[in-house]
Amino acid sequence: MQKVYPDTRAALAGLLKDGMTIMAGGFGLCGVPEQLILAIRDSGVKNLTVVSNNCGIDGVGLGLLLDTRQIKKMISSYVGENKTFAQQYLAGELEIEFNPQGTLAERIRAGGAGIPAFFTRTGAGTQIANGKDEREFDGNRYIMERGLVADLSIVHAWMGDTEGNLVYRKTARNFNPMMATAGKVTVAEVEHLVQPADINPDHIVTPGVYVKRMVHVPNAVKHIEQRTVRKRTAAPAGTGEEV
Amino acid sequence: MAWTREQMAERAAKELRDGFYVNLGIGIPTLVSNYIPQGMSVQLQSENGMLGFGPFPYEGEEDPDLINAGKQTVTEIPTTSYFSSADSFAMIRGGHIDLSILGAMQVAENGDLANWMIPGKMVKGMGGAMDLVAGVKKVVVVMEHSAKSEPKLLKRCTLPLTGAGVVDMVITDLGVFTIDKKRGGGMSLVELAPGATLEEIRSKTQASYYVGNALAAA
Repeated sequence: MQKVYPDTRAALAGLLKDGMTIMAGGFGLCGVPEQLILAIRDSGVKNLTVVSNNCGIDGVGLGLLLDTRQIKKMISSYVGENKTFAQQYLAGELEIEFNPQGTLAERIRAGGAGIPAFFTRTGAGTQIANGKDEREFDGNRYIMERGLVADLSIVHAWMGDTEGNLVYRKTARNFNPMMATAGKVTVAEVEHLVQPADINPDHIVTPGVYVKRMVHVPNAVKHIEQRTVRKRTAAPAGTGEEV
Repeated sequence: MAWTREQMAERAAKELRDGFYVNLGIGIPTLVSNYIPQGMSVQLQSENGMLGFGPFPYEGEEDPDLINAGKQTVTEIPTTSYFSSADSFAMIRGGHIDLSILGAMQVAENGDLANWMIPGKMVKGMGGAMDLVAGVKKVVVVMEHSAKSEPKLLKRCTLPLTGAGVVDMVITDLGVFTIDKKRGGGMSLVELAPGATLEEIRSKTQASYYVGNALAAA
């Protein structure tokens, strides 16, 4: 069984159809499977429901699929940094379902683990609870949230072996590991492609069972959304200095 | 007179304790990290999936794979750990984070909090705020006392809620309030900023509140 495909287009061949649901890893522009997003753009597939914490920024990440109007609906926790998003939403061309970030993460984790629903305190007593089952446990109110799965998950990993075992780097991990478990098919782009046994088995975050197809993206460009730095002369203060 | 943004952050830092795991929101709450007392061990949590982060990187050392929940480039420290967003929110919802300091548009006397949307305007989304206020042990709001002439401390929030009965403390430019959210004991004014008066606070606060004994006697 060969999991590694020669390029992103080949890795997605036969998997894309109009109206499908796609999960895309990433937080902001960090850990986003942008090379696979570019291939989805070039395929022309449309009316997509996309599950992703954010929707990129104009012209970057999932913003690429907004420019081409391939997205019908977003399931996200925060979409504030995207003018095209605002325009299409206000024009009624784009639907949005907001989920609290932890609820979104847990819905995906649950979906991937075969758990159809769970109870959480997050959102109890707010409009997020509207239409959802509520129960009291140990004196607290909880609302029921459904597990979430997708026709396709696309994830970005730092390193992967040809068996599909994945390792992520720093905060680029974010939603990628859960999404890898919740796609009927999961396609991973990896910055470094190695052979089995090249990764210490103790360090593998996503076991290969979740990954059906892989593509090597050694030249993926990474973007920074908020470049914040400190001056070399300044004493190391906290994180609050904005430069 | 009244507290500046920095002084509000400095006052919020007094809620830190040695060994605390803390989540700081965007804006004034971020400044709290500048006032962590020397020798106190406080680990900052970033809900995208990082525990223990350091200051902004030196120019030229920014790493696109290393950002905080505000999408700003940050740095690693010796205690840093990385994890998925699901693990991050398990930490938050499971009650393992000691303190959340965040901003607000409105707070009600029963501890209700509104900080994520204004109906009729473009809505950006709640991000992790609803999870933080529902799951973190202690929730401290830092905000301006009023928005122009509109009070922000209300009997009931008029904006859609982020959480119901979730706020423990409110620090404004004029003073500090505590809210007994668990037993429904209401809101109390416990500190005045230098130069602020009980009369000024009364005129800028719609919520009902008790005045602590020390302040009432002053």
